[in-house]
Amino acid sequence: MEIAVEQEKYATSKFVSGKWEHVIDVRDFIQQNYTPYDGDANFLKGPTPATKKLWEECCDLFKKERENGGVLDMDTEVVSTITSHAPGYIDKELEVIVGLQTDKPLKRSMQPFGGIRMAETACKSYGYEIDKKVAEIFTKYRKTHNQGVFDCYTPEMKKARHAAILTGLPDAYGRGRIIGDYRRVALYGIDRLIEDKVQQHASIDGTMSPEKIQLKEELMEQIRALGEMAELGDMYGFDIRKPARNAREAIQWLYFGYLSAVKEQNGAAMSIGRTSTFLDIYIERDLKEGIITEEQAQEMIDHFVMKLRLVRFARTPEYNSLFSGDPTWVTESIAGIGVDGRHLVTKNSFRYLHTLENLGTAPEPNLTILWSTRLPYAFKRYAAHISIETSSVQYENDDLMRPIHGDDYAIACCVSSMVMGKEMQFFGARANLAKCLLYAINGGIDERLKEQVAPEFRAITSTYLDYDEVMEKYENMMEWLAGLYVNTLNVIHYMHDKYCYERSQMALLDRDVKRYFATGIAGLSVVADSLSAIKYAKVKTIRDESGIVVDYEIEGEYPKYGNNDDRVDSIAVEIVSKFMNMIRKHYTYRNSIPTMSILTITSNVVYGKKTGNTPDGRKMGVPLAPGANPMHGRDSNGAVASLSSVSKIPFKDAQDGISNTFSIVPNALGKDEVFFGDLDIQLDFGCSQGVCQEEEI
Amino acid sequence: MPQVYGNIHSIETMGTVDGPGVRFVVFTQGCPMRCLYCHNPDTWNMHENKKMTPDEILLKYDGVKEFTKGGITVTGGEPLHQADFVIELFKKARSKGIHTALDTSGIYFDKNNTRKFDELIKYTSLVLLDIKEIDPDKHKKLTGHSNQNILDFARYLSENSIPVWIRYVVVPNLTDDKNDLMRLGKFLSTLKNIKALDVIPYHDMAIPKYKELQIEYKIKDTKTPSKEETIEARNIILSNMKA
Repeated sequence: MEIAVEQEKYATSKFVSGKWEHVIDVRDFIQQNYTPYDGDANFLKGPTPATKKLWEECCDLFKKERENGGVLDMDTEVVSTITSHAPGYIDKELEVIVGLQTDKPLKRSMQPFGGIRMAETACKSYGYEIDKKVAEIFTKYRKTHNQGVFDCYTPEMKKARHAAILTGLPDAYGRGRIIGDYRRVALYGIDRLIEDKVQQHASIDGTMSPEKIQLKEELMEQIRALGEMAELGDMYGFDIRKPARNAREAIQWLYFGYLSAVKEQNGAAMSIGRTSTFLDIYIERDLKEGIITEEQAQEMIDHFVMKLRLVRFARTPEYNSLFSGDPTWVTESIAGIGVDGRHLVTKNSFRYLHTLENLGTAPEPNLTILWSTRLPYAFKRYAAHISIETSSVQYENDDLMRPIHGDDYAIACCVSSMVMGKEMQFFGARANLAKCLLYAINGGIDERLKEQVAPEFRAITSTYLDYDEVMEKYENMMEWLAGLYVNTLNVIHYMHDKYCYERSQMALLDRDVKRYFATGIAGLSVVADSLSAIKYAKVKTIRDESGIVVDYEIEGEYPKYGNNDDRVDSIAVEIVSKFMNMIRKHYTYRNSIPTMSILTITSNVVYGKKTGNTPDGRKMGVPLAPGANPMHGRDSNGAVASLSSVSKIPFKDAQDGISNTFSIVPNALGKDEVFFGDLDIQLDFGCSQGVCQEEEI
Repeated sequence: MPQVYGNIHSIETMGTVDGPGVRFVVFTQGCPMRCLYCHNPDTWNMHENKKMTPDEILLKYDGVKEFTKGGITVTGGEPLHQADFVIELFKKARSKGIHTALDTSGIYFDKNNTRKFDELIKYTSLVLLDIKEIDPDKHKKLTGHSNQNILDFARYLSENSIPVWIRYVVVPNLTDDKNDLMRLGKFLSTLKNIKALDVIPYHDMAIPKYKELQIEYKIKDTKTPSKEETIEARNIILSNMKA
């Protein structure tokens, strides 16, 4: 480390002043200092020898991990905290950016605060045994989030969970979906952040309501976490108490902030925020002063991204099957447009995408482009190129989100948008609206378990389903579900705050954060098509010996969601708005703002297994469509019509995100250039009328 | 004038290979040709009937026009089996400023009676002309028809300065004869309106459709040409176009 310190060079020029110097305001710093980049990708550099070597070593480790059944090593003795483990390295001499979750790469840490049983099962399923003493402590002496939740679940909540009308609830694992503003560590240094938090802590005085006591206690926890972050820096030989002085420090400081979070929290999604343009300011300054070269800049980003690819958590096989793998959702939000009209693309936006070329493709970090039609053309081209080459880039609509969140928001997990440092969310999994429709028909009896799960409302007794009758009963059932769902989440998030509080992430947010209460729904297209079938065709019920409707026969044709047909699309829109309004009726924990998502990307498969035959003709066990997708094969007018149906879903009633999973073979996206017009004979290259749209990438 | 209906097979709202840009593609039902390699045998039947008026189609286009800025392509089937419908649709589309492309074999062209075609090309921005094969005998074997009308149609479009993309499917042993490719290139060199040459490798992905329709697939053993072979075919045509 001495050698590195001797070589370290620091920039001398000062950043442009602004409000950011007086209050914690990273956005202001970015706006005052960033350099929009309109050029192309030609400046980018390939991997350095150190990067290549290091990445080879990582790939060897990944291979061993796979060969070992998915887990390379697990810690069974040390409870993970910010400072619990000695420094770990991949290859110390080669690493420009350092820091691992434990003392060895890919060794998974033990995080029992969410639930000791989950931690034990995770270990057991890979042949490890948690140290007896630790197990005893977290069973006898230290309560966990999971235990707290089950102490307060009502019988009805447990039943709904068991029947899977409420699914994927974060009651046994870390809720995630909070993004610390890790940039603050780089810009301000820990000392300044502690100073700010100490003031916040002192600002809570006077009548001590439970709310104020809770916040005051949390602020003290945050201060402790910040202190530990500084210690973590010390362990690796860096003093992060002061602001970062060059690009390498900025990346390193920021990463220590993030590393603290993933050492403490095994969250369902541990996203990193919107860091590329922020870091570009440091890189740009160093480049200008000749302190670093472009090769070095890319090397730092490559090494940083490598670290993000090494993040691991100890999880159970059930968890992995729900999420189709072992995702960490290290989402990084790139580009977008500023509210002043300037785009937020910098050279570093290119460098981040370029890691997919330098290190090869990977699902993590989840590089997400905040897409606007107004992004610079060269960047769009490069993003399209990387998408074609790697299939590893996610796109989200900045033009839709900017009016709500401004220009310094980021995506947590896959689609949840929140303003950096100012907003967070309580992740709420989802309610299965397809199953809810079956409950409406069967008077609250679960079609699969044949048990009374919902209240015993009057069931439908007719042979043929009548639209108005079904709708009325469905609305009643949705009202019940909305209430139960919100209250279940209230219990979960109360307990998570109490026993598994995200102190290191919250330390990097403002005192008074805006909290979203993020509910979600599954099965939208099944519901829309079912109701459409009931309305426009004839749907006959088929009952079992005890009179429960177990199947449906459709006579005639009906409009199907996904064909840009308002007759059915309007049903989907109506259901979304209605359910959201039902959610809004209820008290939400800490007066959080209720939102809703339609975004099951993988878990729709598991939900489908647990949902019986539905009136749209879908059979028991068949996966629900992912997110807001039309059901597979029912959209027969091509992609644009299909996407048009989805785009009618109102964002204001599904503010936590609407997803549409869409795959297409490259050949269907246009022709390979070699088959097209040849410039040699002055052909127009397919743009004869000037109608080729650059937007349609 | 009585309402004109089109007999429509289906609509694709994200067409990316049938003309410039992302296009709204209308597949018409019914075709007199029986090309051995046809990948849309489900559009052959002239009697199946799903009627739509030009206005109904334009209404659908209107719902997705933000994303299909390329314009409208009518393909099939053979669209000119329903020429009145195509004329009416294109007339209305062009009056709204929509780019119109017609993907046709030209089989219905008759140089002695061009009245309908004179009307049609007034509203056609681009013709995607499928030339199946230059040799008349081979063409007959391949499609069941002579290619005389088709070549006449190509000349007619040239005389009237209608932009044309030539489409040519390379089928091993059927349409890849070097001499034929050279002849095709020479023929094309006499035309003044060619904007692009789209040489497409044959594929056999339609076999399941044939099975379902219980139509015999006569060229099952034909291989799909490689990218290199396709490029070579294209280059032969091109070099003769320029010569």
